[in-house]
Amino acid sequence: MPVQYYIFLSIVLFCIGVMGVLMRRNAIIIFMCVELMLNAVNLLLVAFSKMWADAGRVDASGAQIFVFFIMVVAAAEVAVGLAIIVMVYRNSQSVDINIMNRLKN
Amino acid sequence: MGMSLQQIVFGVLSIISIISALGVILSKNPVTSVLCLIVTFFTIAGHYIMLNAQFLAVVHIIVYAGAIMVLFLFVIMLMNLNSEIEPQKRNWLKYAGAISGGALLLVLLGALREADVTPIQPGASDIGLISNLGKTLFNQYVVPFEVSSILFLSAMVGAVIIGKREA
Repeated sequence: MPVQYYIFLSIVLFCIGVMGVLMRRNAIIIFMCVELMLNAVNLLLVAFSKMWADAGRVDASGAQIFVFFIMVVAAAEVAVGLAIIVMVYRNSQSVDINIMNRLKN
Repeated sequence: MGMSLQQIVFGVLSIISIISALGVILSKNPVTSVLCLIVTFFTIAGHYIMLNAQFLAVVHIIVYAGAIMVLFLFVIMLMNLNSEIEPQKRNWLKYAGAISGGALLLVLLGALREADVTPIQPGASDIGLISNLGKTLFNQYVVPFEVSSILFLSAMVGAVIIGKREA
């Protein structure tokens, strides 16, 4: 089974995430799309890990360790990011990203 | 056409994951988006199992479906956002986002269509078992492991300080 299938699937999922970030204005949905992009990259890393393991490399599990660390960072990021979103909502009663333009002027 | 069982499972999982990923960005209700994203995560866990990453599949379900998405659901329900309030003005921005995302998709697909990679063998390998990963993690990656624990501690402190009322 070609690795190309996994490459294409990861590209499609990543681009769906990019489209969501660009199209939606709800901060929580944008955050979820970032998670989707991270997972597309994780899937590709795991596919390449399997590919190198089949090719006979003994250190191919390093990619899976990398995925593990990406999950760790994503969990920490979600905790801080949702706290920020809750604070913004508390201050302005909205999670629309268009109200967060105070840095503009 | 002779499709192996592996390819059939891959196709079904991929179709489900792409449709539910589209549901994340197209649904009006944020709670529906969260549920679609949970379905996507479960199909990605299925892909992990097919790629001999059993430990990662379990950790993925526990961390994402069990912790992160529950956190999202808590925040959405806490802020009472389950009715869509996104105003529909400036529709051209949506079209611009969709077009630029689609252009990125086309560029990446075209660039990697002819990528020279070796195929995946259908047989099982023990690369994703927890004993192998544990040995790798605690032999070669001890320092990043400890640094990530400090990262978690600082993220926890940061979330508490940010979330505190009238800091």
